[in-house]
Amino acid sequence: MYKILFQLARTGRITERAPRPDETLRQAATPFGADLLRLLGRALAVRHVDAGSCNGCELEIHATNNPYYNLEGLGIKFVASPRHADLLLVTGPVSRNMEEALRRTYDAMPDPKLVVAIGDCGCDGGIFGENYASCGRVANVIPVNVAVPGCPPEPAAIIRGILTAVTAAARS
Amino acid sequence: MNALRTPPIDGLALEPIAGAVPAWRARCDAGSWLTAAAGVAQRGGRLAALWASDGRDAGQAFAVHAAFATYEGLLCLELPVPESKPVYPDLSLLYPCARRMQRAAFDLMGLEARDADGSRPDARGWLRHGAWRENLHPLRREIAAQARLDPDDADYAFILVEGEGVHEIAVGPVHAGTIEPGHFRFSVVGERVLRLEEHLGYKHKGIEKRFESLTLAEGARLAGRVSGDSTVAYAWAYAMALEGLAGTRPSPRALWLRALLLERERIANHLGDLGALGNDGGLAFGLAQFSRLKEDMLRLNARLFGHRYLMDRVVPGGIAVDLDAHAAEEILTECTRLRAELRSLRAIYYDHAGLQDRCITCGRLDPATAAELGVVGVAARASGHAIDLRACPGFAPYDQLETRIASHRNGDVAARIVVRFEEAFESIELQRRILRRLPQGALLAPVGEAPAGRWGVGWVEGWRGEVLVALQAGTDGRVRRCHPHDPSWQNWPALEHAVIGNIVPDFPLINKSFNLSYAGADL
Repeated sequence: MYKILFQLARTGRITERAPRPDETLRQAATPFGADLLRLLGRALAVRHVDAGSCNGCELEIHATNNPYYNLEGLGIKFVASPRHADLLLVTGPVSRNMEEALRRTYDAMPDPKLVVAIGDCGCDGGIFGENYASCGRVANVIPVNVAVPGCPPEPAAIIRGILTAVTAAARS
Repeated sequence: MNALRTPPIDGLALEPIAGAVPAWRARCDAGSWLTAAAGVAQRGGRLAALWASDGRDAGQAFAVHAAFATYEGLLCLELPVPESKPVYPDLSLLYPCARRMQRAAFDLMGLEARDADGSRPDARGWLRHGAWRENLHPLRREIAAQARLDPDDADYAFILVEGEGVHEIAVGPVHAGTIEPGHFRFSVVGERVLRLEEHLGYKHKGIEKRFESLTLAEGARLAGRVSGDSTVAYAWAYAMALEGLAGTRPSPRALWLRALLLERERIANHLGDLGALGNDGGLAFGLAQFSRLKEDMLRLNARLFGHRYLMDRVVPGGIAVDLDAHAAEEILTECTRLRAELRSLRAIYYDHAGLQDRCITCGRLDPATAAELGVVGVAARASGHAIDLRACPGFAPYDQLETRIASHRNGDVAARIVVRFEEAFESIELQRRILRRLPQGALLAPVGEAPAGRWGVGWVEGWRGEVLVALQAGTDGRVRRCHPHDPSWQNWPALEHAVIGNIVPDFPLINKSFNLSYAGADL
C-alpha cells in the first residue's frame, strides 16, 4: 500500500486546463436552452459508439480520461447505456453492418440529445469513403451537431468538440 | 537463421519472392494444395493468412491463396479456382483458424471451401451480415468500386447450447465502454461460461475493395489505417511488400528508424493495456499511472515525429521523419525515466493481492490449444510459444539487434501481463541500441516500377502479433489486389477457448488481456 501512496504523492496533480469551445466545429444548433445549460453546468453523460473506425479515434477518446485531460473532472462522464446519455460520440465511417445499431442507439437516447462526430471518417467518410460496405460520414445516418476533424483528432480537440456541443452560443 | 534454406515441402516448384523476409510462392492443384498444407503442419508450420483473388479479367481463373509460416520463412500457395466450379479443398481440419478466413473469402469472392465429402465446413456468412445479398461477392471485378448493393436478411444462427439451467447472454455489437463493436453470445450456467461464440464483421467497410481504386503509393496511407493501433506495423508491412515488388532497398538508416517507431508503438500499446488490465482487475490507480506514461510517450512522438500514433511516418522506400542528436537524447532520457517508472509499477502490480486473485489462473489458454489454433503474438508467447518475427526469421534491422523473446508458460491473464511488462522493457533496450548505433544514410530510396501481376509480401511483428500484407501490382502503378492480415484472425477463436469455465464477470479482463483488433480482422 505504501508504494501506491508514494507513487501517488510523487506524481502529484498534472491535470491541464480544458480547451475552449470552437464555433467552427458546429454543424447544427444545440437543442438545449441556455437556462438548462446554466442549471446543469457541464454535468453531461456521454455514450460512445464506434460505427466502423480503424480504432485510432478510440485511442484518443480513451486518452481524454487520462490524468492530463481528466474529462471526468469537468463533470463529463461516459455511460454504459444510450438511455443514460445526453450526447452520442460517434467514430468511424458508418459501416453498413453498424448502420442499424447506430440508429437504434440514437433512438434509444432521451430527447433532447446531441451528436458529436469524431475524426475525418466521421466528418466526411475519410479515406474509406462510401462503398458497398460503408455509408461514409456519420451525418449520412443520424443528425450531427458538432464534427471534429483529425486523423485521429487529439484529446483536446475531442474535448473541445464536446464542450462546443454543450454551449448554447449558436442556438438559433 | 539461414535465410536461404528452402522449406522442404515435396511436390512443389518453389519460386522465391523478392523482399525483406524469406518467402516463396508456388502454384498448386487441388491435390498438392492439401498435401503441401499437411506437410507444413507436420513440420510445425502455421497458417499465416488465407485470401482469394479474381484473375478473370486477365484471362485467368479465380485463385485462393494461403500463406504459411514455416521455420524457413513464408510459404505462399496459390490454387487456381475456375468460375464454373468455384470450390477448393477445406484447410480447417489441418488449421482450425482457416475457418473464418474461408468464410470471409466466400463472402467477398464466392469461392467455397469443401470437405473431402463435398460439404462446406461452415456455410454461415462472416463479413456479410445483411449489407448485400448472398449471391453477390463484392470483391469480384464486375462489382464497381462505389457500388451500393441491395440489403438482405441479417439473421445469424448461433450455435445453441441446451441443458438444464443453461441460458444465453447476448452482448453487442455496441458495448458498454469505448470499445470496438462486435457481438458475443455467452451460454452460461449460473455465472459460469459454458461456451462463447463470437460474431464479428460489424466494422467491415470494404478496405480490400478500396485498395483496388488506389495507386500503389496511395495504398500506404490506407494500410496504415487497417487497425489504427498498429499503424506502424501495417505501414511497414505494406512498404515491405511494395519494395519487394519494385526491387527497392530502403537505406539501413530508414530501416533502423522504422524499428525505432515500431518499438515505440509496441511500448505505447503495452502501457495502455497494462493500465486497462489493472483497471479491469479493480486497480484504477494502474489505469491513471499507465495512461499518464502512455500520454508522455505520445506527446514526445508528436513533438519529434509530428504524429502521436506515428501514422504515415513509414512510407514506401523509407521513412518520412529523421532524428537529430538532440531528439535522440530526448528519447534516451525518456527511456531511462520510463524504465524506472515501469519498475516501480511492476513491483506494485506483482505484489498486489487483488490483482493476483483476479489474474492468476484466469482465462487460461494452454500451450496445446494455442498451437492447434495457430495463435500468434503476445497471446502465443504467454502460452509457451516463443514465436516472434523479430527473432525468427529476423528481418532487418532486427537481425542485428539481438532481440530477446519474452515468453511465459501459464497462458493466463497474469502471463499476458508479465509478457507485456517484459516486452516493454526489451523495447526500451532496443530503442537504446538503435539510437546508439543508428547508421547514416538517405531516408528515402526511389520506389521503382512494380511489374503488373507480380505479388509481394510484407511480414512484420507488430505489438499484437504478426501483421502480413500481400500485395499484387496492377497496371499503371495501381493496386490490383491487397490483402492486409491482422493477427486477430488467429487469436479471436482462442479467446472463445480461454473463457470456457470462467465466470462472466471475468470476461472483460480476459478479453482485455488479449486486446484483439476488430477493425483489423473485419476489414
